[in-house]
Amino acid sequence: MDKFEKLQGIAAPMPLINIDTDMIIPKVFLKTIKRSGLGVNLFDEMRYDADGNENPYFVLNKPQYRDAEILVAGDNFGCGSSREHAPWAIKDFGIKCVISTSFADIFFNNCFKNGILPIVLPQEQVDILMKDAEKGQNARMTVDLEAQEITTSDGEVIPFEVDSFKKHCLLNGLDDIGLTMEKAAAIDAFETRAAQSRPWV
Amino acid sequence: MSPKTLYDKIWDAHVAHEAEDGTCLLYIDRHLVHEVTSPQAFEGLRMAGRKVRAPEKTIAVPDHNVPTTEGREDPAQMTEESRIQVQALDKNARDFGIHYYPVSDIRQGIVHIVGPEQGWTLPGMTVVCGDSHTATHGAFGALAHGIGTSEVEHVLATQTLIQKKSKNMKVEITGKLNPGVTAKDITLAVIGKTGTAGGTGYVIEYCGEAIRDLSMEGRMTVCNMAIEGGARAGLIAPDQKTFDYVQGRPHAPKGAQWEAALAWWKTLYSDDDAHWDKVVTIKGEDIAPVVTWGTSPEDVLPITATVPAPEDFKGGKVEAARRSLDYMGLTPGQKLSDIEIDTVFIGSCTNGRIEDLRAAAEIVKGKKIKVKRAMVVPGSGLVRAQAEEEGLADIFREAGFEWRLAGCSMCLAMNPDQLQPGERCAATSNRNFEGRQGRGGRTHLLSPAMAAAAAITGKLTDVRELM
Repeated sequence: MDKFEKLQGIAAPMPLINIDTDMIIPKVFLKTIKRSGLGVNLFDEMRYDADGNENPYFVLNKPQYRDAEILVAGDNFGCGSSREHAPWAIKDFGIKCVISTSFADIFFNNCFKNGILPIVLPQEQVDILMKDAEKGQNARMTVDLEAQEITTSDGEVIPFEVDSFKKHCLLNGLDDIGLTMEKAAAIDAFETRAAQSRPWV
Repeated sequence: MSPKTLYDKIWDAHVAHEAEDGTCLLYIDRHLVHEVTSPQAFEGLRMAGRKVRAPEKTIAVPDHNVPTTEGREDPAQMTEESRIQVQALDKNARDFGIHYYPVSDIRQGIVHIVGPEQGWTLPGMTVVCGDSHTATHGAFGALAHGIGTSEVEHVLATQTLIQKKSKNMKVEITGKLNPGVTAKDITLAVIGKTGTAGGTGYVIEYCGEAIRDLSMEGRMTVCNMAIEGGARAGLIAPDQKTFDYVQGRPHAPKGAQWEAALAWWKTLYSDDDAHWDKVVTIKGEDIAPVVTWGTSPEDVLPITATVPAPEDFKGGKVEAARRSLDYMGLTPGQKLSDIEIDTVFIGSCTNGRIEDLRAAAEIVKGKKIKVKRAMVVPGSGLVRAQAEEEGLADIFREAGFEWRLAGCSMCLAMNPDQLQPGERCAATSNRNFEGRQGRGGRTHLLSPAMAAAAAITGKLTDVRELM
């Protein structure tokens, strides 16, 4: 997995609430058996018309946001289906950090598995970052995971919380499966106990 | 011992390892797999030279992509991409030695209907699947939730999941339901009250007289949509109904093991003085037959209401409602019961079980549809066979419904069953998101009886008027 340490980049504003995973990556693009190549279809139905032409009003089609690496979004981002194609599409587009007041549970977990940092902040701080993002490409935001701080283009510093284990994995680009395999003895022991206590499983 | 919730008890019974910061390895008893969210996970195993740790606890079935029309064994009925995904599942199931129900097997169907039907899902288990509607299995008092593909790979390789414990939320539905009100109305009414993020960070336990009175099918409908309320999982404590449903199923325990299992299952309830982080109480009698008007499952109103205006809401919901009304082609103040319907879809993991088909057939019997098209898609081959035996299939066919083969079908439009732009559908499925049933398609979520009523009258209808 790619490491996430410190990111300085353009932030795109998407104030809409309840952006669901069907919006992020419509189901017609779930028929791939690969993880890559989904970025071009990120937000497909908002980004293109039925003939495949770009919608010039959609934020990521605007010249100042085409290279965005951070997304500042409305409440409950990533609700709906468990499809990991959603964070795969976000990552493939080039976005590495999403900031909102809240995320759907499965999407939130899926981000960390793909080197994307989702940050939860109170409404008033998301509002500050949304305004900063609305300034466009001259406003580069900095996200420092080690320090757990976001710095706006004006130099305002906003601290954020992150789970210590997830932070450790992101900073070091660690593979979950490898880490869990190191605990194989504990899993073996659990299975031995469960075979006694719940043999019908 | 300190009092525990049902969730606490199941959690505690499955922790294989706990780190100092509370991060746990949760042991997984059943892993359900379908063709859309698994190919990359199996590929990951191959690339790392890993095996499936517990193939005997891993069950696969294709459901999202498969056509639901006759003759579907012919691969030409699928698009090339769909065919590749289904064939990849065939191969992965074979190569890794996991249980498999191919399209040609009568037991094939939607993974969340097949699991309980075959007795894979049992009380007190941990159940995961790369699909958010895994919450369905919570109806058995199993801790069941959706996971992403990276986690699918993790479970395949280690039979565990890295988890931190969620908080406890109690949703109590007191008293009795009025006639015409069903499990679907309960679950939608709860989301209407709490919102789609109301359950974020929680595992919900549904309880109260109205929940106890539900059949297992109804309980599955309620838990199925816990995810639409943002919760990690929904749970209902097992009782005699649960045990009766499970007993005798192909993979349920038998003999002495049944007795041992039953003894443990009977301890699976929340203690009287257990701690709840959040409690929501709704009176059963206050719930009416409901429909959704917008593009979020929280956009729920009684069928007797009118379409709201964006100004009726606050904060970000104002703009979201405006966008929803525009997408849905609705005007504030319009009566919901005046909304004309093009298509009716009865099926999905929410409402594709035998009881759902019975409820719809009761309304449809002896009448003709007034919509452009209506389809019934049973949740599994076995549900389909039972409905044919009970004469339900004939009732639907005579009324003008298409009688389909089992699959996810029009719930998510990954297969040939899709809405056209602007086409308005009354659907018993679980999501009314923009484009969910096909680009530009408009979805109103409702119960099977309400969907049947819409099919008969050609518009959203209060089913109580037809009873």
